[in-house]
This record gives sequence, C-alpha cells and structure tokens, in this order.
Amino acid sequence: MNKLLIHPAAKPVLFALACLPFAQLLWGALANTLGANPAEALIRGTGDWVLRFLCLTLAVTPLRDWAGWTALLRHRRMLGLFTFFYAVVHFLCYAWLDMGLNAGDILRDIPKRPFILVGTAALLLMAPLAATSFDRAIRAMGHARWKRLHRAIYAVVLLGLLHFFWMRAAKHNFGEWAIYAGVVAVLLGWRLWQWRLRRRASSARRTASRPAGRIT
Amino acid sequence: MPQRPESGFNHPVPSEITPRAAYAGRREWMQRLAAGALGTGLASWAAREAIAQPKGAALPGGKSAVSGANTMEKATPKADATSYNNYYEFGTDKSDPAKNAHTLVTRPWTVVVEGEVKKPKTFDIDALLKLSAMEERIYRLRCVEGWSMVLPWVGYSLAELIKQVEPTGNAKFVEFHTLADPKTMPFVGSRVLEWPYVEGLRLDEAMHPLTLLAFGMYGEVLPNQNGAPVRLVVPWKYGFKSAKSIVKIRFVEKQPRTAWVKAAAQEYGFYSNVNPKVDHPRWSQATERRIGEDGIFAKKRPTLMFNGYEAQVASLYSGLDLAKNF
Repeated sequence: MNKLLIHPAAKPVLFALACLPFAQLLWGALANTLGANPAEALIRGTGDWVLRFLCLTLAVTPLRDWAGWTALLRHRRMLGLFTFFYAVVHFLCYAWLDMGLNAGDILRDIPKRPFILVGTAALLLMAPLAATSFDRAIRAMGHARWKRLHRAIYAVVLLGLLHFFWMRAAKHNFGEWAIYAGVVAVLLGWRLWQWRLRRRASSARRTASRPAGRIT
Repeated sequence: MPQRPESGFNHPVPSEITPRAAYAGRREWMQRLAAGALGTGLASWAAREAIAQPKGAALPGGKSAVSGANTMEKATPKADATSYNNYYEFGTDKSDPAKNAHTLVTRPWTVVVEGEVKKPKTFDIDALLKLSAMEERIYRLRCVEGWSMVLPWVGYSLAELIKQVEPTGNAKFVEFHTLADPKTMPFVGSRVLEWPYVEGLRLDEAMHPLTLLAFGMYGEVLPNQNGAPVRLVVPWKYGFKSAKSIVKIRFVEKQPRTAWVKAAAQEYGFYSNVNPKVDHPRWSQATERRIGEDGIFAKKRPTLMFNGYEAQVASLYSGLDLAKNF
C-alpha cells in the first residue's frame, strides 16, 4: 500500500477522485437529473461531501498507525484542502441558491438559524487552516504553533456534526447522522486514547526519575 | 366532459402548458441515460425518476365556479408533484413516498364521519366519489419548508359532505385522521410524529368553498404518495394541514391537538395560515421556491399572504392576531 501511495501517479489520481463528486453534482445540475428540487439537492449533496472529506482527513493519522500506511500522510494536505473546497462550494450553494446572493439576507439568516450559524462558524474556522496549509507557512509559524492551530479541525468536525444534527432534528431522522457521528467518535476517540497513553507514559517517566529516598 | 387518460390533463391556459412531447422527450432522454450512457450511479437515479410516473385511472373534473379555484399559474410537472412528497408514514425523505407508497391499499376504503353530527355515517369510497360533482381546482400549494407547487386537483368542496352529516351546535372544529397501518406504512411507529396523523380546521374553515376534498390530480385518481384515495386540500394553509389518505372525520367542540402541534407547538401552530410576515422560528417564510419551474439559479419568489387567497379567506380571521395565532 505504501508503494502505491508514493507512486508518482498517486497524487493526480487522488486529485481526480476527489473532484468526482463535484463533477457529478455539476453534471446533475446541468442535465437536470437532480430531482424536483435541484437547489436543495446541490446544497445537501455538497454538505454530505464536506462531512465525508472531514472524516477522510481525520482518518489519515489513525490509518497510518493501524495499517502502517505511513505514506498516507503525504496526501493529508490535499484531503484537507478538498474539505475546505467542498465547504466553500456548500456555502456558495446556500448563499446563491437559497439566499439569492443577497448579503443582507445572508447576514440576517446566519444568526436566525442556529444550524446555519454553526455551519458558518465551522467554515470560518477552516479558513485559517487552508490559508496556512503550504510549506512556507509551516516554516514561518514554527511546527509546534502550526500544529496547535491545525487542531482546530477537531472543533470543525464537531461543529459540522452539530450542524447536520440540527438540520435533521426537524424530522428526527438521525440514521445517517449516527453513521458520521460513529466514524468521528472512533477517529477522535482513538486520539484521546493515544493522548492518555502518552500522558501516562510521561508521568510514569517522571515518577521513575524522582530521586529515591527523598521525603518531602 | 369525459376524458381518456391518453388525452392528458386539460389546462385552462393551454399556451402555458409544457407540451406532452417535451415531457415525454425528457423522460425518454432519462431512460436513455439509464440505459448506460453514463455512470451507473447516475443511471439508476435517472431510471428511478423515469419510471416514477405510472398512469392512474382517469378522474376528470368539470370547471369550478368557486372563486380562486382556477389560478392561471403554470401547473407543476406531474413528475415533480409525484416524486417530491412529504408523507412521513412512508419515510421522511422527499423521495421516500414515491418509492414506498405502492404498499398502500386504497380499496376497500371507508371514511368514518362521527362526533358532533346529527347523522354520523361511514362512507364507502365509492359513495364519496359520487357524493357531489367532481371539479378541477388549480391551487397553489405552499409547503412550510419554503417550496411551492401549482396542482390541478380533482374533487369537491368539503362543505358538500359536511352538509350531509349536519353538524350539531357543539361542533366547532373538525379533525381529520390519516390511516395509520404499520403493515402497509413502514414508518408508522417512527418517533418523528404521533400516529395516526391528525389535522384539524375550525368549522368555518372546513365549510369554506375553497376547502377541497380531493380524489384526484392531473385528471387522474390520486397517486398513493399524494394521499390516495381521498385527502384534504386547504390552499391558504401550509401543506401539512392538508391531511392525506383520510379514514376518519370527527366533529368536536374543542380545538384538536394536531400532529405537528404535538410534535413542536412552538414551531407549528393550529392555524398555520401561509403568512410571509410570520417566520418559522428557524427560517424565513417571506419567499418560496416554485418546484419544477424556477431555474436552479432563479431568485426565490415572494410568498403571498394566505398563499394568494387573501380575497377569499381573510374575512375568516378578522380580529384575530395572526402573529400569535400562527
């Protein structure tokens, strides 16, 4: 698998695959095969893909550890940027198809509807991550600070889940939501578990290095 | 005027109808798509829409003399009206009813009329069909979710039925009960609403000539997903007030607790009159998207007070605070 992932064609192939959902929705819009309410289908379809790409991006690190696919890491940035791309398209679909690109209407709608507010917050939180995704930004910020900033992705995915939950709450239709929530729970739960292991290991080191016989 | 199914649906403004050939062409195009020109995922999707239009038995209606019953707006394509439905007994997704409602058994069918009436009676569907002359009524339908259609219903004023059962002086409201049969309706029992689905009107609203007991649409009997074999249509209220597949009509003294009031009283009121000035707590009701007509990038159109039936129904609500009684 690692061999496949470092193949020179891996990046363009992955790029093309990540573009497919967008191409399919665009084709559906042009050919009018999105059903009776194509605007709604586009808004929901792009939103689904934001959640899917969030899950994919968050799966990179766990998969590296579970399956040993270390080379997966070199594609994480592209997955993250595609997440942002679909989030921007999702917002544009909402702003254009639902709000008629009327800035006043959009600004009134965002605080009015909690789930829109939460979705917008997630998008805004993603923007600095996308803006600092290139190598020079990492060097300029220093790796530790860059890493801290990019932990915001955890907040983004939780806001995204809340956004989707509220959107479905009106119809108590949580089947699909539960699948995303389950995947995210595993991906974030694994990180929490790792963090606890590291903490325990470091505190054990501290205890071990404490000089013997010194009573305070 | 007798109509054969192949003669199609008669629209009062023929120049505005999309020619049948154009529909047929679109369907044929989708079928060709389904045949495999494109990716399989897309094809199965297209195929589903292409077959979602079986022909029902003809049910013609004469021209209605009721004021407001013949809007000149362009009717929504039948393919959209029969594939984009809210009928939670068959699933909460808009495409679910068209997929699942084939299990609904519409014959034999009876409607119990009871409560505060002098002549309670159980009507067989065939008796109901003959109770009064069928009229075609072209109504706007505004969904509380912010979309709308224009639908050519076939039926007669509910008042015709009400007159026959003679409500007593205690009858102030009318309840409408939808069938709740878990054997044929896969989502009856889901937690989204209390079953059976109950809707209600004030007696004077129920007696209004625009309030329609509908048996058909587009010159044919109602498709299952649209509420066969008999449903209510109240064009100046949000769509959910118009109960589908009715099995019981009950006259009562107290305001009924309707399904959506029970589910979320702060969001859905008993009246639920279409009103662009009173927003849903979670979204604006000022505009709407006309399904099948407005292009994907078209601006949404303004929603009209009482869905455009203000001239006919505003007097029912004189003195009532419509913001409080939403």
